[in-house]
Amino acid sequence: MTSTAPTGTRSADAPPIEIHDLHKHFGPTRALDGLDLTVAEGEVAGFLGPNGSGKSTTIRVLLGLLRATSGEARLFGADPWRDAVDLHRRLAYVPGDVTLWPHLTGGEAIDFLSRLRGKPDPRRKKDLLEAFELDPTKKARTYSKGNRQKVALVAAFATEVPLLILDEPTAGLDPLMEAVFTEHVRHAAAQGTSVLLSSHILSEVEKVCDTVTIIRAGRAVESGTLDELRHLTRSSVTAVVEGDPAAVARIDGVHDAVTAGDPEGTRLTFDVDNTAMGAVLTTLSGLGVRSFTAAPPSLEELFLRHYGDDVSDVGASGDGDAADGAGSRSGTGSGRGAGRHAAATTSEAGAR
Amino acid sequence: MSTAVAPPAVRSAEQARGATLTGTGSLVRFMLRQDRVRLTVWAVSVVFFYTYFTFALNLFFDDTAAMQGRAALMETPVGIVMGGPGYGLDDYSTGVAMSNEGITWMVLALAILSILHVVRHTRAEEESNRSELVRAAVVGRHAPAVAAVVTLVLAQAVIAVLSAGALVAVGDLAVADSFALTVGSGLSAMVFGAVALVVCQVVGHARTATGASLAVFAVAFVVRAVGDIRELGGSTLSWFSPIAWAQQMRAFVDLRWWPIALSVLAIAVLLVVAALLASRRDFGGSLVETRAGRADAGPALRGPLAMAWLQQRWALLWSCLGLGLMWFASGTMLPGIGDMIGDMVVDNPMLAQLFGADPSQLAVGFLSVLVLYGAVCCAAYAVVMAQRPKAEESSGRAEVVFSHPVSRHRWLGAQAAVAGVGTAVLLAVSVYALWGGAVIAGWGDQTFTDYSVVVWTYLPALAVFLGLVLALYGWAPRLTGIGWALVAYTFVVGMFGQVFDLPDWVYRVSPFDWVPEVFSGEPYAGDVAVLWAVAVGLGVLGFVGFRRRDLATG
Ligand SMILES: Nc1ncnc2c1ncn2[C@@H]1O[C@H](COP(=O)(O)OP(=O)(O)OP(=O)(O)O)[C@@H](O)[C@H]1O
Ligand SMILES: [Mg+2]
Repeated sequence: MTSTAPTGTRSADAPPIEIHDLHKHFGPTRALDGLDLTVAEGEVAGFLGPNGSGKSTTIRVLLGLLRATSGEARLFGADPWRDAVDLHRRLAYVPGDVTLWPHLTGGEAIDFLSRLRGKPDPRRKKDLLEAFELDPTKKARTYSKGNRQKVALVAAFATEVPLLILDEPTAGLDPLMEAVFTEHVRHAAAQGTSVLLSSHILSEVEKVCDTVTIIRAGRAVESGTLDELRHLTRSSVTAVVEGDPAAVARIDGVHDAVTAGDPEGTRLTFDVDNTAMGAVLTTLSGLGVRSFTAAPPSLEELFLRHYGDDVSDVGASGDGDAADGAGSRSGTGSGRGAGRHAAATTSEAGAR
Repeated sequence: MSTAVAPPAVRSAEQARGATLTGTGSLVRFMLRQDRVRLTVWAVSVVFFYTYFTFALNLFFDDTAAMQGRAALMETPVGIVMGGPGYGLDDYSTGVAMSNEGITWMVLALAILSILHVVRHTRAEEESNRSELVRAAVVGRHAPAVAAVVTLVLAQAVIAVLSAGALVAVGDLAVADSFALTVGSGLSAMVFGAVALVVCQVVGHARTATGASLAVFAVAFVVRAVGDIRELGGSTLSWFSPIAWAQQMRAFVDLRWWPIALSVLAIAVLLVVAALLASRRDFGGSLVETRAGRADAGPALRGPLAMAWLQQRWALLWSCLGLGLMWFASGTMLPGIGDMIGDMVVDNPMLAQLFGADPSQLAVGFLSVLVLYGAVCCAAYAVVMAQRPKAEESSGRAEVVFSHPVSRHRWLGAQAAVAGVGTAVLLAVSVYALWGGAVIAGWGDQTFTDYSVVVWTYLPALAVFLGLVLALYGWAPRLTGIGWALVAYTFVVGMFGQVFDLPDWVYRVSPFDWVPEVFSGEPYAGDVAVLWAVAVGLGVLGFVGFRRRDLATG
């Protein structure tokens, strides 16, 4: 694994979450297939991956709801299955689909859950209810999806714990409430709480997470800080040139090049690996550039590429086919992905 | 749909009218497929009971004296409440008895079928968001409700025809009267299904809808009973109850068909009302506002035990009330039944052989049968409550609780404790209600202590049911339904076992077979100890299994 966070603070204490080579099988289904994941103390870790990739399964193993088939999972250095009760005093969990006791009101459910943890704090509950604009007097079965979610969020934030485990916690929340949620996660992080946040909402991950782990088919395919990941993405470029753009399309690291007629020459659009940008600019400058725009790499793109591939593509990372750029998504760590880009750049230079 | 083939010009107008029903056909097929097992079990059970009672009445009331004894019983208020209006008593026969006494119970069973069916396919579906998916597909607004009614009509029709067939074949009864009885009962029951459909538009939740519809049945039951007590054969008041509309067809006495029109009319009116209400409300919405509750939990809501109690208390209360009343009423019937069986035995030596010669012992035997029935009801309660943890788990609520510092043993222990105590309370209420009824009716051969011994000796047998379901839950939660199989087995063996000469182990599988016979024999403690051992063993097994397995995830 590449480094995930500053390591200085946790010399004596075990990290809040430490997973190594974790496997979980449901009959023939391999929900987790050698997962590695570490969340350091005080870190907010994003946990992303396509549907069915094993995020919820990981979290349920961490909560001691599921028993790992093999491998190691540790919470604060302890076994989440055996020491579940003790560990749960130190964490709060919000599932993505909250079911409540239909005949209890939201306020009653929140109190019940806080009392289970043992430290109810009415002041804090009141503040949270106000922040999330939740009416606690309604029966749970009359709550909308978003409001049920809020009940779980209020219950989770109502007690101070060193670890928050959140599984798509904002599913169904409106953007305003999502902002309130983000604020509370940041606040908790500022107090030193570690957070594992599984989410499909990239802007949310971008806003609160220090590090990101992307999981696919039960194993981590990418892991690092957001900046590290961003470095691996492509920019999309649109340029109008006078000369023949074919040379640009031939550069390794340029993908999906499309040309179209334009009053001032030829309009060329393409995606380019950030590592090949230099070569592209050199070539373009010889073609008489009339206009040029380059859109910055978005996280979205990175994730889409990780999500969209099928598994065989990942396995076949060795061939030099650049048609769809198996580049950064083929490695199991950022180091390897960067290596391939370096190679691509070199080969391009050789061709020149 | 037929509109699909019409030319475009006509089509749009027709579509506007028919659009709310689009997709009904495929929904009907879908529901029948979904319910094929459930409806088959219902049909088989109902037809079985028609067959059984026809057979039993034919057998036991072979001679006129016995029939007249029963007719005399049916004239008493208790007979009217538990039986029917009391017509044709001068010439009581199998057909008349089926018609006079049986209709109340057949309508009850079929009404429960109707209510559950309608609620399940309308309000429960809406509540679970499943039908949101269906509704968003090409399905008209009224289609789910109409499909529910259509499937109900189909099911009731099949049951009525098969039941009538059973009456004709087994009882050798008149064809027209047999059909009048079964079709009349089916239509009367469907009135309550239509009531349920209306209620589903008004209230927001499936359980409320079921409860309210059953309450309407209870009112109808009381109105019919009070009306009939006022005047033998039925007074004006009786006619306000849909149950009477089937009874007043007077099958096998002097058959008349027109009361059936009342049922049909009522169903039609209720369906129109339901359609009007449905057009006025939102999807998933209701016409009555839900009251605001408390913002903070009461001080008692602390921990899994309190939660389990909160979840089970209403079911316990209603079961105690319902079964308590039922067994109290049964208790008051004991003296009459004792006399009746006594008369029968005097007149019919064959029956004496079957029941034994001593009339006083016959009534005692009957009391034991009542106790067994009561215990079977408690066993059903135990199985239902022991399955609560499974519902908590599959709904995802357990997952939330287990993410808190709550151990598996503590949580399951809380559920099991409340279920166990509830079962014990229900058993005590049932048995002492029986005692109370018997004492009030002046039938005091058995002491309070005897009844108390019954409570204590049946308790471990019921614990076996609880333990079995817990063990299944711990190791194979999908199989907890086996608990029901044991209830059914126990019932069948207890009810019919004596008639057949079966191998010993067949009886020994039933936990109730290990319970000492209190009223006639000497209690022997050994068997009770075995029951406790089995119950505790199964329970412990369940706890061990539950600690070891994965929690089911939504
Ligand atoms: N109890 C179970 N039995 C069998 N298979 C299961 C079970 N739970 C999960 N799976 C399978 O394990 C895989 C991982 O599921 P998981 O719920 O962890 O995915 P996820 O990453 O949380 O997806 P999503 O983004 O949709 O929430 C899926 O293929 C799922 O079908
Ligand atoms: Mg998930």
